[in-house]
Amino acid sequence: MTGSIMDTFFEECEELLEAMDAGLAAIEEGDQDPETVNAVFRAVHSIKGGAGAFGLDELVAFAHNFETVFDDVRSNKLELDEKLIQLLFRASDHLADLVTCARDGGQVDQAHHDVLIAALAEYMSEEEEDLTFEPMGMGAAFDPAPLSAAQEISYDIRFHPLKEMFATGNEPYFLFQALSDLGALSVKLDDSELPGFDAMEDGESYLSWELTLVTGEPRSAIEAVFEFVEGLCELSISADGDVEAEADALAALNAAFGMAPAEEENAVVAPLEQSAPEPVETPAPAEVEVDEAPEVPVEAAADKAPAAKKDAAKTSGPKPTLRVELDRVDRLINAVGELIINHSMLAQQIANLDASDTRDVETELEGFKTLARDIQEGVMAIRAQPVKPLFQRMARIVREASAATGKTAKLVTIGETTEVDKTVIERLADPLTHILRNAVDHGIELPENRAAAGKNPVGEIRLTAAHRSGSVCIEVKDDGAGLNRKKIRQIAIDKGLVPEDVELTDSEIDNLLFLPGFSTAKEISNLSGRGVGLDVVKNAVTALGGRVNISSTPGEGSMFSIILPLTLAVMDGMVVSVAGHTMVVPITAIVETMRGNADMINSLGSDGTLLSIRGSFVPICDVASSLGLRSSSHNEPAGVYLLVETENGDRCALAVDDIHDQRQVVIKSLDGVCGNVPGVSAATILGDGKIAMILDPESIVTASSSAAVFDTDRRMSNAIAS
Amino acid sequence: MQLQAETKHTEQSEFVSFTVAGQAFCLQITQIREIRRWSPVTVLPHAPADVLGVMNLRGAVIPIYDLSARFGLQQTEASERNVVIVVSVNDKPVGLLAEAVSEIISIDPDDIQETPQVDSRNTMDFIQGIISQNDEMVRIINLKAVISSPEQVAL
Amino acid sequence: MKTKVLAIDDSRTIRNLLAACLEEAGFEYHSAVDGREGVDIYPDVAPDVVITDINMPNLDGFGVIEELRGDGINSKVPILVLTTESSADLKARARAAGATGWITKPFDDESLIFALKRVTGAVA
Repeated sequence: MTGSIMDTFFEECEELLEAMDAGLAAIEEGDQDPETVNAVFRAVHSIKGGAGAFGLDELVAFAHNFETVFDDVRSNKLELDEKLIQLLFRASDHLADLVTCARDGGQVDQAHHDVLIAALAEYMSEEEEDLTFEPMGMGAAFDPAPLSAAQEISYDIRFHPLKEMFATGNEPYFLFQALSDLGALSVKLDDSELPGFDAMEDGESYLSWELTLVTGEPRSAIEAVFEFVEGLCELSISADGDVEAEADALAALNAAFGMAPAEEENAVVAPLEQSAPEPVETPAPAEVEVDEAPEVPVEAAADKAPAAKKDAAKTSGPKPTLRVELDRVDRLINAVGELIINHSMLAQQIANLDASDTRDVETELEGFKTLARDIQEGVMAIRAQPVKPLFQRMARIVREASAATGKTAKLVTIGETTEVDKTVIERLADPLTHILRNAVDHGIELPENRAAAGKNPVGEIRLTAAHRSGSVCIEVKDDGAGLNRKKIRQIAIDKGLVPEDVELTDSEIDNLLFLPGFSTAKEISNLSGRGVGLDVVKNAVTALGGRVNISSTPGEGSMFSIILPLTLAVMDGMVVSVAGHTMVVPITAIVETMRGNADMINSLGSDGTLLSIRGSFVPICDVASSLGLRSSSHNEPAGVYLLVETENGDRCALAVDDIHDQRQVVIKSLDGVCGNVPGVSAATILGDGKIAMILDPESIVTASSSAAVFDTDRRMSNAIAS
Repeated sequence: MQLQAETKHTEQSEFVSFTVAGQAFCLQITQIREIRRWSPVTVLPHAPADVLGVMNLRGAVIPIYDLSARFGLQQTEASERNVVIVVSVNDKPVGLLAEAVSEIISIDPDDIQETPQVDSRNTMDFIQGIISQNDEMVRIINLKAVISSPEQVAL
Repeated sequence: MKTKVLAIDDSRTIRNLLAACLEEAGFEYHSAVDGREGVDIYPDVAPDVVITDINMPNLDGFGVIEELRGDGINSKVPILVLTTESSADLKARARAAGATGWITKPFDDESLIFALKRVTGAVA
C-alpha cells in the first residue's frame, strides 16, 4: 500500500517539478502575477510535505530551505533579481535530482548540494537560518511514556470552555471521550453558573465540568487531549500524588496557556455515561459569528481574489483530467487497430461475394469505417501530449551545459503546446539532450569571442516544435559559430570514415557528424561527448520512424531538424506487390509514383540504371533484389516506380511490381519478434489477415547501393550513388 | 508398493510429442500455448533459413521457426499437413513448425535420461534430455536454447 | 454509520495517504483536490469532519474554513487543518478562522486518528 502511495508521490513530484519549472520560467520572463509565485511555492511545499511522509529527510531539508527563500519572495521580503532567479532555477534542478535519488537510490553531488544550501542561506534571515526544519509530531508535549512502568495516578481536571471554543467546532463531549480512552473517567457537570433562562446570553458559555481520570498515562497525554482547546478554555489538571512537582508543571502549563492558576478542587465522581451531556445539550451558541473572527490572513485574501477571475489558460484553472494507466489506452489502441483491420476484411469479403447488389451493405460499411476512424483518432489523441514538459527539461540541460563550459546561452522554446505521441516524447529526451549539449559545447562561442564577432554575448538556442504536413518537426537552432566543415571532413578522413579523395557537398560534410564513431572534440568532452557521437541521436530518431538532419551556416549557427511521424500506431501507406509479396511503403516517403516504359530506363555502367523523369535522371533501386527476394535485379520497364526522397534530399526510384491501394495501416512493431530486418521498419496486418512488411525506403536505397564507395552510412553512400 | 506407485503418479509430467524431419521430439505441455495448422507465412527479407517468417496470431505478429532447419536437419517444405506449435518464450509467443503432432506422453521425471554425447553439436545444444517411449527415442527440446535470442536468430 | 471525512488537499500523495489510513481505520473517505472543490462538494458529502490543507490553489485552507463557517453554509462541522509547520502563529491563524484543530505533516496513522477522535469522538 505504502509502496503504491510512494509511486504516486514520485509521479506527483514529476508534475510538481514541471509546474515549478514552468512557473520559474514565467517569472524569468517577467510574469509578476502573485499566483505564479504561489504556484511555485505550493509545488515546493507539496514536495516537502510528501517527502516528509516517507521520511525522505534530505529531500525535506532541501525543500524546506528552498521554500523558506521562496516564501520571502512570495511575501515581497526578497526581490527577485536575475541572480536569485538563476539560483532558484538551480535549486529547482537540484530538487529534481534529490527526487530522482530518493526514487532510484544513489547520491547527489554533495559538494553541489552544499554550495546550493549555502547560496540559499545567503538569502535567509538569521532566524530563518537557525530554524532548521524539524517535522513535529502531534502535540509538542506528547511523549509516549513507557507503558509498563506506568503507575496509575488519579488526576482531577477542571474544564471550563470559553465561548470562543464553540466557534472552532470543538465539543467537550468528544474531548471527554478521548480522555476516557486514557483510563477510568468520571465526569460531573457544574451548571452553577447557569443563569435563569431569561438572563441567558446567546453564545455565552456557562457550564464547567469536573473530571477525575485514573490513568497510567503521563500528564502530557492528558494535555494532548486538550491541545486544540488551549487558550479557549480554563483548564486545570492536578494529580493526587506528587503535588509539588505537579503544581510546578501546572504553573508552567498555565503560563503557557496564559491563564491564572486555578484553585484545586476535588470533583465529585460520576460515571461518564450517565452525566456527560449530550452534544445537543451543550450550550453551543446557535449562531457562530465568524465575521467577527480575527483578521483573515492577508495572504488568503490576496490568494483568493485573483484566483477566482483567472482565465482558463492560467495554471490556476486546469481542465479536469482523468488519470489512466497507459496499458489501458494501448489495449484500446490495439483493439481499434483490430477493428480497422476487421473492417478491411469485411469489405474484401463483401467484394468477393457473388451478390448482385451490395450497395446498401457498402454504404453501411462506409459508416462503419468512418466510426472506426473517429474512435481511432480519439484514442490516439489520448496518447498525444504537449511537448512542454520535455522542453522545460531541456532548459535545464542548457543551464547546466552553460555552467560547465563557461558559456552563456539561453533556451527559447517555441510551439510548446504541440502534441506528440507520449512514447515519442519519452524517447526524444535523450537525443534532444544530446543535441542541446552539443549546441552549447560546440556551437555557442565563449562570451568574449561572441562579443568580438559583434554578437550578443548571450547565445541563443531556439527549440521549436511544430506540426508540418502530417509530421512533427522539432528543430534546435543555435546562433553559434556554425560547423567547421574543413575540420569535420579531415576527421572523417583521419578516422577512415570516408576515402581521402572523396568529393563531398557541404550538406554531406555536415551529415558526417552522424557517422558512428565520429566525435569532433579533440578530447572527448565530458559534457556533450560522454563518449558517444551524434550517431546515437540518429539511431534514436530512426527508431521512432523519424529522420534527423543538420544544416549550418558559418558564423551564424547550426540547425538540427528532427522529423517524426505523428503517431507510432498508424500511418498512411501505399500497398504494393514486390516479387509476389504484398508490402507497404510509407506515403510520407513517396514524392510521386509512375508507370515506367522502356524509353525511361537508361543504363549506367555495368548494372546501374537510371530513370529519366522529365529530363532529370534518378537511380533505380529494385526493391525485390534489395530485399533478397529476387536473385538479380531485372528491370521490368513496365513496372511501377515510386520516387522517394531520402533524408538529405537525394532522390531514388524504387521499382515495384504493382500498386494496389493506398490506405491507413496499423503499425505492428517487429521489436522482440525478430531483430532488425534491413529494408523493413515494421509490419502491418492487411484486410485478409495476412501480415505485410512496411518498407523503410531509406535503408532499401542504402542496401542497394552499399556496393558503392563506402557503406558506413546510407546517406553518404546514397549521395555517391546519385 | 502400491502407495509408492501412487505418489510417483502425482509427480508425472506431461509432454507433447511431435515429429521433425522424421525424428521424435517433445515439449512439456505447459510450454505450449496452442497448436495450429500451418498456413503460409509472410517472409522476412534477409532472414536465415530457419526463420520462416511471421504470422498473424489474433492481431499479434509472431515469428515462425522451422525446427528442422534450426536443428541443422533439412529444411521443411511446409504444407497444410504440418503444424505450428505456438510456445511462449519470455512471455512472447513464438511459432515452431513441426511435421506432425504425435501424442501426449506422461512420464516420471526420473525416467528422463541425459542426452548421450554425440558429435552433432548443432542438435545437441537444443536437446535437454531424452525419453524412451515405445522403444522410440523422444528428444526433449530445450526451448530457451532454441529461441535463445530472437534477435540473434533473425539476423 | 461510518464517520464521514472530507479531505481537501491538492497533493495526490497526501490524499492517498489519508485515504489509506482512514479507510483502514473504517472511516468513510471523500476528497477534493482544492479548496473550491471542497466547499462545492461539502453539501453533498455532508461530512462529519473536514480535513483541509492550507496552501492550495483556487481557494486555500483559510478560505475553506471561512466559507464553511460563513453565512452561506454556516456549518459547525469540525475542521482539522493539515500543516507542515507546527508554528504557534499558524495555529493561531487557523483557529482564528474557525479551525477546530490541526494535524502536523508528516502525520502517522495514530496521531491522525487521535486528532479525529478529539473532534468527532469517533474511532471510525
